[in-house]
This record gives sequence, structure tokens and C-alpha cells, in this order.
Amino acid sequence: MKKLSLLISSIIIAGFVSCKQNAGQDDQQSSSENTTETEVGQESVVDDVSQKDVVKIAVGSADHTTLVAALKQAEYVNDLANAGPFTVFAPTNAAFDKLPEGTVDDLMKPENKDKLREILEYHVAVGGYKQDYLTDGQTINQANLKNITINIKDGKMMVNNSANVVATVPASNGIVYVIDAVLLPPADK
Amino acid sequence: MKIDFFKAVWVLSLAVLIQSCKPQGPSKAISGDAAQKAYVAPGKYDEFYSFVSGGFSGQMSVYGLPSGRLLRVIPVFSVDPEKSWGYSEETKPMLNTSHGFVPWDDLHHIALSETDGVHDGRWVFGNGNNTPRIARIDLKTFRTNEIIEIPNSGGNHSSPFITENSEYVIAGTRFSIPMDNTNGDVPINTYKQNFKGTVSFIALDKTSGSMSIAFQILLPGVNFDLARAGKGKSHGWMFFSCYNSERANTLLEVNASQKDKDFVMAVNWKKAEEYVKAGKAQKRNVAYAHNVYNESTHSATSTIEKEVLVLDPKDCPDMVYFMPCPKSPHGCDTDPTGEYIVGSGKLAAIIPVFSFTKIQKAIADKNYDGNYEGIPVLKYDAVLHGEVKKPGLGPLHTEFDADGYAYTSFFVSSEIVKWKLSDLSVVDRVPTYYSVGHLSIPGGPTKKPWGKYMVAYNKITKDRYLPTGPELAQSAQLFDISGDKMKLILDFPTIGEPHYAEAIPAELISKNSTKIFKIEDNAHPFAAKGEKEAKVIRKGNEVHVYMTSIRSHFVPDNIEGVRLGDVVYFHVTNLEQDWDVPHGFAVKGANNAELLIMPGETQTLAWKPERTGVFPMYCTDFCSALHQEMSGYIRVSVPNSTVPISFSTGTNQPKANP
Repeated sequence: MKKLSLLISSIIIAGFVSCKQNAGQDDQQSSSENTTETEVGQESVVDDVSQKDVVKIAVGSADHTTLVAALKQAEYVNDLANAGPFTVFAPTNAAFDKLPEGTVDDLMKPENKDKLREILEYHVAVGGYKQDYLTDGQTINQANLKNITINIKDGKMMVNNSANVVATVPASNGIVYVIDAVLLPPADK
Repeated sequence: MKIDFFKAVWVLSLAVLIQSCKPQGPSKAISGDAAQKAYVAPGKYDEFYSFVSGGFSGQMSVYGLPSGRLLRVIPVFSVDPEKSWGYSEETKPMLNTSHGFVPWDDLHHIALSETDGVHDGRWVFGNGNNTPRIARIDLKTFRTNEIIEIPNSGGNHSSPFITENSEYVIAGTRFSIPMDNTNGDVPINTYKQNFKGTVSFIALDKTSGSMSIAFQILLPGVNFDLARAGKGKSHGWMFFSCYNSERANTLLEVNASQKDKDFVMAVNWKKAEEYVKAGKAQKRNVAYAHNVYNESTHSATSTIEKEVLVLDPKDCPDMVYFMPCPKSPHGCDTDPTGEYIVGSGKLAAIIPVFSFTKIQKAIADKNYDGNYEGIPVLKYDAVLHGEVKKPGLGPLHTEFDADGYAYTSFFVSSEIVKWKLSDLSVVDRVPTYYSVGHLSIPGGPTKKPWGKYMVAYNKITKDRYLPTGPELAQSAQLFDISGDKMKLILDFPTIGEPHYAEAIPAELISKNSTKIFKIEDNAHPFAAKGEKEAKVIRKGNEVHVYMTSIRSHFVPDNIEGVRLGDVVYFHVTNLEQDWDVPHGFAVKGANNAELLIMPGETQTLAWKPERTGVFPMYCTDFCSALHQEMSGYIRVSVPNSTVPISFSTGTNQPKANP
């Protein structure tokens, strides 16, 4: 599907922390320098004026340090700083803590990067899914090509009948729904 | 003696060539490290912004130096459907004039605002030559924020030149004409009796930059060509080159080339201010447009002003002087110290350099060589610092570096000559390709030239680039001037026909650049500041659509109830608050253009459907992964239709009418 190919076609070389330098700050030497470019993504654009994107919202939240660490580990940060739009279901630290002991540590191992990425992509949809435009029972195909189901009862939203939406944060490039449980992708048939 | 211009040029060119000034071939002119000097790595910034006039394109373009990369084309005097300039309801008033809506002009010269004689990066000004106007572009938004028309002017070429604290922008008329408040319906051959020239002093508000015509000076009917403000010691004076002191009204090529000297005019504008204060200026009835773009309402207004103050030198002694200058002077440039004024007689083979100190002495001594139409003419020898001898043929323009050197372009001999201001000796020359007009050195016209680079804006391209039919892009050539010798390092094509350009260190502008317009500050009367404010309202035959756009949908995106004969106004508010995420808007069949709406802004497209049916509309700027989904439909019914106004996004209409 084109949405997925858009996401996974991005090549990310630099890590989250190491690419903090601004692509264009040291312009004085620019004309004489002829060095190899460090490839950095949109995440490293310095912009304190615009509304925060979904990544900056997660990074700025004390309740989402596990998610942010996972996004970095899965090299998923620059994608989510893209124009999007994205709908991100963002499990809190407490949500990750509810997983069986050792699950997160295991997923953070380098050899499990693909698995981690798969789980994170199950939390992301390409599209700005405002709650106003969602209905009870509606499915959304996530970035990993697996569906989630939206439940809306009395104006309250849940995902897969398991995760409660506890907060909604509009972002410059989409929407962050803070959820209280990690969404686990259904097994391949 | 009647001299044929072209014959003269030919003979003189030959003479120049014989004097071993033959330009070197390009292979000799380019040094080995040229590519590295002009190279700006991907993702790195250029060191300078260069603001380049678009000539007959009517626009201003912005290039990075030293890379020569095109960063932006700013629409100024010409409509630009890409940016809806002159097409959106909000921008149409910007192109209003006393002649009505004028969709084009010819933008020749650039003036960056100055503080204490140094470019400060706040505004850039450009002139409209044809229907005389001056535009002010705000360098936070890179948008034309103000345009003022100049009355009593025809061919606003000697513009815009700025004083050292941005007190005034100057606009001098190239074509003298009967004044606006007189009966202009006169025989053309009564030129000498009925035609006058003017120079206008446009005052700038210190904070906002807002322009107002403070006063004009009424002058003999010569042609004002270019100008420069004094600076430092000569602050308070303005110098203008004048040709056609013969006051010919036909075949100027021959008839305005009769005299061996025309003039550089010196105006003591501090004195002029005193005369205005003392009530010596006459109010003249005129009509000129003053157009202002408001970044809060995101809309322009146009006001027709009715009066202008005019000073007549007859009533104002010691305000204006003429200085003889050889052969139809073009450039008239003051050096960084303000002491030297370089006149460039475009048919001459010398460059006269005037001394401000000597001018003051000649005035004090009344060392006159008679008068011209009542205005004192200072003795040439009394005001001359000296002449640069045999520099080349056809000097046009001079820029300066910080080390006491001047760089003069020579159109006829296609070269740039570097010479020393103190002893007037020629120290270097390089060829350009071909027939150079203006030069631009960063800070070159100011008290503080940053130097380092020089760009030559050439008039003839011919074989420089791959052929593109009868016309080729005008070529610009970048020289490294950091050493003793000028070195060609880059050749790049341009937009329109660049005349002058000014360049400024990038950080003076980049740090202030606007990223978004805050949606909460949007004071547009038709703004929808959230999707819940979106609506469609009928007012007689007008249908107003208050529409929002955000990645990746419009609200509303299904509209019905429009009837043939209605005018539909799409007021589209871009709800994005994210840098570099404009949305576009277009509807099928609009005899207009697209809208391109910046984050937080509202813009309006007026659409008069000429047939019934359903018309797609869509976002024209690839905004997001779902950009192709960002679309909608508007239905147009017969004039007597009973289909009610309705609108929605994300929900289908109730069971539709047939």
C-alpha cells in the first residue's frame, strides 16, 4: 500500500541524539568546505515557532519516555517528523509497564529491532483521524498493514476494546491519542 | 556635429581593442579552484542573500551567494498566478494605480534599507519603471507589503535609492512630461516649454517602513537616470545623473547625444526639508495610489492620494546644483567614505570622479559656469577629483570594496575594471560574457562593503548556455574579489532581465524570517479559525464559503446550493501552524488562478461558474502523504434551482434532490 511504502522507503542514517546539529547553522565555512554530508532528517529541523509535531509532543511528555526510547531504537523518529499526517496512538510508560516483565527490555535488543518497529507501526496510521470523523466499530489500517478497531461509547474512545484514549493532543502533523495500553498486532494468519 | 551613436561606438570599440584590452578567452579567465569557491554543500546555507531585480518580469528574485541558487521569486509589480498575486481578492488592490489595475511593470533597481549607512536587513525596495511606483518588501515575510505610485513622473528609472538612515527613498523621473496638474494635451514638440522633470523624496516611517511622499522637486526637462545618496560627510545630499540636457523629444539616440557634457545633479535634501518646513512647497493636485498589505487581516487596501508638495528651485536657492559630466552619464555612485561621486558617461572613454569637499568649496566660492534653466552649474574643474584615463569604453556602473577600490562595468567593451579611488589608477580588468550592465558587491553601495564577491549582470548571453531558441536567460557572473585580481568563479542564469542587485550577509535576514502566521492573530473578516467555524452563506448572488484546509482535507469539501449567476467566494484559511506547509486551492474552470495560502493565513478566490454541473476542487500544493485525497466537489444548479445551500465534510448529504 502506498501509505506504507512512503513510510518504509525513508532511509534513516543518523540516530536521534547524534543528529541534533542544525543542517545549516555553520554556513560561514560552507563555501570552502567540501565534506561528506551527514544525512539528517526532518526531526533535526530547528523550529521553535511552529506547533509541535507528533515526535516533539512525545519527546516533551514525561509519561512517554519508554515510547520515545523505543522510537529511537526502531529508527522511527524522522519518519514521524515528516509532513504526515499521522495519527499516533501513544502508550504511556504505565502502559508499557503493564506488559509481561522483560518484554520491553527484550524488544529493545538490537536483534529485535524489526519486531519493535512492527509493534510501533501498529500504533501509527497515515492520516489525520480526528475523533469527529470516526465511528464506533470503524477499522483503520495501520502503518504495518494490520487493522485496529475504534470503539466509541458515550463519546469515549477505545482501541481494539483494550486501550482507552486518555488524552488527545493535536500536533502540527497529525494527532496524538494517548492510550493506557500497548496495542499488540494480531498474529499473521 | 551629428554623431551616429553606433558609428561612434564601433570606432571607439576598435580603438579599445587596439589598445590591447582584448578580453581573455574564458578558459584563461577561470581559475582551477573556482568550483570549490562557489560550492555550497547540500544542506549548507549561502553566505549572502542577493536581491536581484527582475527587469521586465516585474518581479524580484532572491539568490544565494556564492552558490547562485535561486531561493525565491517575490512577486512585486506583475501578477503571479503561482502565488495568487494579483488574482486573490486580498492581493488585487496591491496592483491598483491611478490608471486602474495594472498587472505588469518593469522593475530595475534594488535598495536595501540602511541604518547608519549600512544594510540592516529590514526591507528591500524596488521601482516600477513604466507606471511609476515604488514597492517595499518586508524581509521577514519576503512579501511586497506596500506600493506607492509616483505622480508627476514618467519612466521611474532613477529609483529607488535610499539615504543612509532610510530617511528617504528617492524616485527620479526618466521621462520628463507635462505635470499632472497641467493640461497635458499639448504638442509633443513643445517639450522645452511644457515638459518638466521631478525627483520625489519618499519618507519612510522609522519603525514600520511605511512610505509617504514628503516632497518633490520640480526640475528642467532632462532625463534622470540613476542616483545615489551621499553618506558620512556627504549625508544630506543626493546625486543624480542626468542625460538629454539637450531636452530632445525625438530620436534621442542622436539628439540627446549632442553635447559633450550633461550633468550630475546635486541636491541638498536637508535644505529641501527646511524649505518644506518654512512653507515654500506648493500643494499640487494629483492622483496616485498608495497600496498597503496588512499581515494581520491578510488583505491589501488601496487609497488614492490627492495632493503632493512640490518645491521649485526658483523659490529655494542653494538646494540644487548641476555639475557637468561627460557624455550622457548613466551610473552616479558614491564611494563608502562619501567623498567621491563617480559619474559614468556611457558614451565616454573616461570616468570622472567628483569630490564632495571640492563641491562644497565651489558652492561656497560660487564657482559657477553659468546656469542651466536657472540652476547654478558648478565648474567641472572645480569639483573634479580627477578622471580615470582610458579605462575602457562605455562605463555604466561602479561598486566599491572596503579597501579603497572601485569596480566599474563597461557595456561596450564587455569588461569590469578595478581602479583605485585615491590615485585613479587602473589595477585590474576582467572580461564578462557579454555586455555587462550593473555590478553588485555585497554592501557595495554602502559605508560598509562586505566585499568578497562581485556579480556582473550581463545583457547578452548568446553562446554562454545551451541554446533555448531566440532568447536565452540573462547571465550573471560571480567573481571572487578577495584578492588583487578579480576571478570568475561561477556563471548562472537569472529570471527576467536583472538590472541592479544588492547582496547582504544572510544572518542579517535569516534570523528574522517568519515561519508561520499565528492563527489566533488572523483578523481576516472571512477567516474560519477552526473547522467548526467553516460555513457557507448566501448573500444575494454572492456565496461566501468559509473554508479551512489542514492535512489532508478541506472543510467543507461538499458544497451544494450554488446557482448559475452566483459569484462564489472561497475564503480559504490554512489552519496549519507548521513552517513551510502552505495549502493550495483550485476549482475547475476558474478564470483566475490558484490560491496559495500560508500557514495561518486566509486568502480568497472569486469564482463565477459559467455552466451547471459538479466541479472538482483540490489542494494544489503537495502538502502531505494524503495530498491526492485533499479534494472536494461543488455543485452548480440552474438559476431558479431550489437546491438549498448545504455543506459538509466526512458525511454524505441527506438523500439528494434529483
